[in-house]
Amino acid sequence: MNNANTVNNAKALSEWPLWEIFVRSKQGLEHKHCGSLHASDAQHALQMARDVYTRRQEGVSIWVLPSAAITASEPNDKSEFFEPSSDKIYRHPTFYVIPDEVGHM
Amino acid sequence: MNATYLLHLADNALILGQRNAEWCGHGPILEEDIALANNSLDLIGQARLLYQRAAELLGQGATEDALAYFRDVPDFLNYTLVELPHSSALLPTAASDRDFATTIVRNFFYSAFMVLLWDRLQSSSDSQLAAIAAKSLKESRYHLRHARDWLLRLGDGSVESHQRAQSAVDHLFAYTQEFWTTSVHEQSALQSGLGTEVTALQADWNAIVDAALSEATLQRPAAGGYVPTGKQGVHSEHLGFVLAEMQSLARAHPQATW
Repeated sequence: MNNANTVNNAKALSEWPLWEIFVRSKQGLEHKHCGSLHASDAQHALQMARDVYTRRQEGVSIWVLPSAAITASEPNDKSEFFEPSSDKIYRHPTFYVIPDEVGHM
Repeated sequence: MNATYLLHLADNALILGQRNAEWCGHGPILEEDIALANNSLDLIGQARLLYQRAAELLGQGATEDALAYFRDVPDFLNYTLVELPHSSALLPTAASDRDFATTIVRNFFYSAFMVLLWDRLQSSSDSQLAAIAAKSLKESRYHLRHARDWLLRLGDGSVESHQRAQSAVDHLFAYTQEFWTTSVHEQSALQSGLGTEVTALQADWNAIVDAALSEATLQRPAAGGYVPTGKQGVHSEHLGFVLAEMQSLARAHPQATW
């Protein structure tokens, strides 16, 4: 059985597209990325996400998105994309004194 | 007598839960492995609630564990459908190769029936059974959705998946006739208001099944064939194997706790 399963898994991985799964843990909170899985279409992905990612009461809503629809930044672009901001500490709002009346921010 | 009807409902859930759990670690893909384990845990959870209620009604020291693990084949009142192995051919033991289409078709037939039955049992004269039915209805609705979805994918899929789905439908369909016979304990539960008239569910069940089969490009087999009698305690040869595996640990270590 195990060999057959490995073959089936390999087939599913190569023939089924990859989906990114986002779960909203509570009403009012945002959907958060929690993982990805292979599925034949969006409805299939949604049901598998329900079984895999919400069986411990993790969610009240699920989004699935085709991974292929994501355009990601390149690791090689790190120096020009992200490093220039490292010496601009004045962009952090940490130089203000917050009045007590404002409370927690 | 009322406890007997609860045992019938509990045995269905326990035996199908045990059968579906045979996929644990052997699912066609990881997500389906988890989905079938979830399905089993829902069913075993339903069985526990029903055995607990039956044990209360039976009294005399009855417990859910005693009802699940220390009764024998003729004491079990589940439909024959739920005890069959996951293979479309008439192979003798649980060790035979599992066929995913058979699993899906059985879950489809059973959950389509249970969605209708739990819905009716929400107005049972026994408030505890009514509460168990309300909880179980939500679970069965998902089981139906999961099985129906796969039925469509298999039936309207590849040549091989279609052929396997059709052969599972052909193999299992006659067993569903047992849904529509009325056993003595069902009759008694109907009179006390605990149960419901199962034959009244047949038209709705046919509609659910026909719509799905047609969408899945599968043929509904001709009516007829052997009418099984599992819910009256007269079972196929397969239940003994299921019980032997399921009960052996509890019988080897009676009174064990964990």
